[in-house]
Amino acid sequence: MSENKSGGQNVLRLTDITMQFGGVVAINNLSLEVNQGEIVALIGPNGAGKTTAFNCITGVYEPTNGIVYFHGEPIAVNHPQGKMVKQYGGINGDLYKDRKPVVHTPDKITQMGIARTFQNIRLFKSQTVFDNVLIGTHLRRTSNVLTATFRLNAKEEKANREKTAKLLEIVGLADVADELATSLPYGKQRRLEIARALATDPTLLLLDEPAAGMNPQETDELGEFIVSIKNQFDLTVFMIEHHMNLVMEISDRIYVLDFGKQIAEGTPEEIQKNPVVIAAYLGVDEE
Amino acid sequence: MKMKKKANLRLIISIAVVVLLYAGAVIVEHTCGSKSMAVTVLQKGAVYALIAVSMNLLNGFTGLFSLGQAGFMLIGAYSYAILTIPMAKRAAVYQYYDGGIVQFTIGLLPALLVAGVVAAIFAALVGMPVLRLKGDYLAIATLGFAEIIRAFIQWDAIGPLTNGSNLLKTYPTLKTAMPGNTVLFTFIVVGVCIGLILLLINSTYGRAFKAIRDDEIAAEAMGINLFHHKQMAFVISSFFAGIGGALLAMYQGTLQANGFKSAMTYEILLIVVIGGLGSVSGSVIASFLFIACSEWWLRFLDAETMIGDFKVPLLAPGFRMVAFSIVIMVVVLFFRKGIMGDKELWELGNRRKAKGGRNIK
Repeated sequence: MSENKSGGQNVLRLTDITMQFGGVVAINNLSLEVNQGEIVALIGPNGAGKTTAFNCITGVYEPTNGIVYFHGEPIAVNHPQGKMVKQYGGINGDLYKDRKPVVHTPDKITQMGIARTFQNIRLFKSQTVFDNVLIGTHLRRTSNVLTATFRLNAKEEKANREKTAKLLEIVGLADVADELATSLPYGKQRRLEIARALATDPTLLLLDEPAAGMNPQETDELGEFIVSIKNQFDLTVFMIEHHMNLVMEISDRIYVLDFGKQIAEGTPEEIQKNPVVIAAYLGVDEE
Repeated sequence: MKMKKKANLRLIISIAVVVLLYAGAVIVEHTCGSKSMAVTVLQKGAVYALIAVSMNLLNGFTGLFSLGQAGFMLIGAYSYAILTIPMAKRAAVYQYYDGGIVQFTIGLLPALLVAGVVAAIFAALVGMPVLRLKGDYLAIATLGFAEIIRAFIQWDAIGPLTNGSNLLKTYPTLKTAMPGNTVLFTFIVVGVCIGLILLLINSTYGRAFKAIRDDEIAAEAMGINLFHHKQMAFVISSFFAGIGGALLAMYQGTLQANGFKSAMTYEILLIVVIGGLGSVSGSVIASFLFIACSEWWLRFLDAETMIGDFKVPLLAPGFRMVAFSIVIMVVVLFFRKGIMGDKELWELGNRRKAKGGRNIK
């Protein structure tokens, strides 16, 4: 199930994901694959449903229809009920035979190894840079509340602190470790979010517009940074991004969404030439 | 290395300060006598400090706006009293219920522990449905729970257990627990409890609580199970509220469910807000200030006073509470962060650098 054409491993696979809010179909039948070690970008105009796709993967939303596989394991399964069966029932009906819906909360998904950052930065505002990252180590704890209170987990705590210090070193925030997270400039806050995500020991990193609000130089640096952490931590990266230079430079493959539908897929060169993509971004003359 | 030395120095200073405060309290009791106002303030202030810190753990550190504290205190107080009334006196206390159904007693300290555990069990049961609510709805639900508990305990049908709406008395009080050293006893129990809460807050679980307070969505994305951690905070907070309730019963000498009205929760909320949401030391300082004002310094507001032939206007029984209402309005309007904000007393030195700091030991 998780083997792809080239023989590598699917890290993430979405099949027929549909997300409907009342009458609005935010994502319509989206299927995509992200392979081990790839950097895959999800692009599309505003409101195309990119962040909704992320939220379906991370368990924030329960997809109306479809299956999300992570390392071949279904982590979200849902099929339409009642009225919506008519609308979607025909699509891959066999897949859902004898399948119970699977729903996981976001924390469970993170424990499985998917970490994410947020489009509108969500740092822990009252805490230091250091503590923000340290919180990311909480989910791999072996202590319970009593052993933690009585400091019987000192070894683990020390290891976590060292890990945090090392992560801050890697993302270049070691010198501001004791500052309040919100006192950092924008670009550094984005890096901090990535460091915090890395602290959860992910295998798949979801980046939601990591370069938003950055100047061209910062964006270039960010591109190098993403590639370097990908190699260093043996990650697979799936990102939403609007900066086309960054997307074209670092991604192995690109998926293009428009109005919740996938309109193109391919390497950066293919996407750049694709007339459908150009039309979606620039609009077409109505004849 | 330098950091470690600094941390050690700080620890030594903190311990020294705590020991001095305790010694001071003991000296006050021995010089002023057990009946003096100062001793009352120290006793009640310490009890309220524990309860305020337990509420702060929930409202200030985990960001759960709960108003059920009086309910859990009540459960703790009753558990304690029921288990410690001496056998010989049960017939007199439970005179309408044939001596009650609990026919054994346990020691004072085990009873305090049981008081906390019973409150914690109730919290676990109540928390399951209630903690799925957010913000104001959680506050209303927990407030409702506290009122239900108060009514339930006074219910005639469970009178053999709780003595209905009659007084519980003759259980060991502060005066009889450690005669002559009532303040020391209170301070030790409260000190141990607050110490445990501080250890919890500075552990990895405490950081998780603060993460939930700061941003639930981000906390969940960091792999923190929201319900599990909220439940944990709720149960632990109620555990200490239960012990606090038991201590309050010891302070009062007699116990009646009617004393634990929602007004008591508001008093504690007032202390927490004045002290600063998210500051343990703030809650402690505010508790002593609040109790000193309400029991001692502001008493004159309730007394009708004559200066010569002139009757001072406004001073009448109940005016003290008006003054408190004004204080809370001023605090909320102008000092929204309270006395300490979310800092601790021992963190005031390091400016700019926020809590915790990076001390890799």
